[in-house]
Amino acid sequence: MSEQNAAPAATIEQDTVISLVDMNKWYGDFHVLKNINLNVQRGERIVICGPSGSGKSTMIRCINQLEEHQTGSILVNGQELTSNTKALERVRKDVGMCFQHFNLFPHMTILENLILAPIWVRKMPRKAAIELAMNYLERVNIAEQSEKYPGQLSGGQQQRVAIARSLCMAPKVMLFDEPTSALDPEMIKEVLDVMEELANDGMTMLCVTHEMGFAKSVADRVIFMDGGEIVEENEPDAFFNNPQMDRTQLFLSQILSH
Amino acid sequence: MSKSTSARLGGLFSYRNLLSCFYQTLTAGIVIACAYYLLLATQENLEARHIESGFSFLSQEAGFPIGDSLISYSPSDTYGRALLVGIINTFFAAILCIIFATILGIVMGVAQVSGNPLIARMAEVYVEVMRNIPVLLILLFVYGVVLVGLPSVKQAIEFIPDGFLSQRGIFVPRPIAGENFIYLMIALGLGIVGTVFFLKWAKKTLDITGKSFPTIWISLALIIIPPVIIQATFSDVLTWEVPELKGFNFKGGWVFRPEFAALVFGLVLYRGAFIAENVRSGIVSVQKGQREAATALGLSPERTMRDVVLPQALRTVIPSTTNDYASLVKDSSLAIAIGFPDMVSVGGTMIGQNGQAIEVIAIWMGIYLCINLIISLLMNIANNKFQLVER
Repeated sequence: MSEQNAAPAATIEQDTVISLVDMNKWYGDFHVLKNINLNVQRGERIVICGPSGSGKSTMIRCINQLEEHQTGSILVNGQELTSNTKALERVRKDVGMCFQHFNLFPHMTILENLILAPIWVRKMPRKAAIELAMNYLERVNIAEQSEKYPGQLSGGQQQRVAIARSLCMAPKVMLFDEPTSALDPEMIKEVLDVMEELANDGMTMLCVTHEMGFAKSVADRVIFMDGGEIVEENEPDAFFNNPQMDRTQLFLSQILSH
Repeated sequence: MSKSTSARLGGLFSYRNLLSCFYQTLTAGIVIACAYYLLLATQENLEARHIESGFSFLSQEAGFPIGDSLISYSPSDTYGRALLVGIINTFFAAILCIIFATILGIVMGVAQVSGNPLIARMAEVYVEVMRNIPVLLILLFVYGVVLVGLPSVKQAIEFIPDGFLSQRGIFVPRPIAGENFIYLMIALGLGIVGTVFFLKWAKKTLDITGKSFPTIWISLALIIIPPVIIQATFSDVLTWEVPELKGFNFKGGWVFRPEFAALVFGLVLYRGAFIAENVRSGIVSVQKGQREAATALGLSPERTMRDVVLPQALRTVIPSTTNDYASLVKDSSLAIAIGFPDMVSVGGTMIGQNGQAIEVIAIWMGIYLCINLIISLLMNIANNKFQLVER
């Protein structure tokens, strides 16, 4: 994995899927994100970590504009995100997202959860949507549960369904917002396995996670955020073995000490 | 030690059992004694006043006029028919109120959570004003405004062709079925059947090709256009009995007296505020993450509302709205305050004339109970459809 990024200068030539330029965001007077600059190349796997309240989630939620930024610009597939609703809906079609609490629609079956957006957003025939959905459910090993409701599934199963639901829209980028934080320890692995498989298929991914094992084995780049800033970014080996900044060292010593 | 404790506890428990048995028997005895005393007293009083109990009075002549009636009625009809007129009036007013209060409630409830601060604020003011004023005052106020605000019969406003608005009420043309009316009904029937098939076909097309249609507008056109064509081509299909000014009032057509309009308007305004609150709280109760997930999938705000938020909101909206419908039906008895002859008003007149209070009250209670049980039943069926399946 790290070969790709061995020469950082060369990667600039690859096509950029997401770029954040001098982005700032405030909640009232509180400056949540400070001058964020980030470029994500096609096929790149990025893990974002940092203490809670550091702005990690807010940053990736800005990428599909669940949160609005105030200054600077965000480009997804070369399109700048503005408050134009129609343009935003087009961008969101190509950006999948998984949430900490899964957010499956509890009043629909698993299958209905998966085909809703393909039918109404991608204008796909129902039959084709069902085929597509079953395909992805098989990929996350949950096809036999397709007629059940989310409330009947375990947390790990629900998160795998949520991933499949996003994949049905054939996104170009996947955003993961602490996908394993609400799961029991024995379920974390089944979700990480699915994510790792996705990464191996070449999906562009941005993951906010505290799973450092996942970061080490899958990420092309690890980004450390604190106090609303990107403090340090590096490839995983260098990041974990030789952190440059004091704050990074402190954070790593805290989470890796036990 | 432990043995003696358990023995003492056992004794305590049996003593408690005995005590509770005693109190239960005492309570039951008091209730039965009271009921027996009331029965005896009632019988004595009825005999003293020479009032015959039983429902035979229903076939006697009523002898009093009723202002609003949806069925033919004259003072020479029986008490039974007079009461039937009142019951039908209650039903009619209640159904109209439920329909309009629901529409108003949904509009105001959605308005309260709309992004537009002006609209949201106005809806909030409406809700807070209406639900904090006694409904009786609202009815009296609306009735007063209706009577004072509207012109006299001579200056009646023609608000639609041949429809008049005046202090005496709302007068509109009454449709009368002609000889060829049957063709219009056939056309309407065909239109409805056609719509059913169209909807099935549209659903199938959506499933197979992913193409969607403006189904609401096409359905409306299918239902409305055929009868209109029949009406235009044939003669003597549907004619209108037009209200005409004769002497001091309009004659002919359909009449909605100000009392009826005020009752419906007042109750709808009042109860709509409660339903609006239910709708608002239902929408707010849906977790923020649901909307975010739908948005992240690229669903439009309208789709998100329709397929994700509203179905979940209904879970909390339906039970509380069932209560509001029941209250609405019961509030309709306040019609007596503004002189609309609902069931309670007509029954009250009867009690005044013949003193059959127990029977009339029994009928009132029976009818209200029936209406509200039917509402509960329908709402429970709806509620069951929206419950979530859990492990």
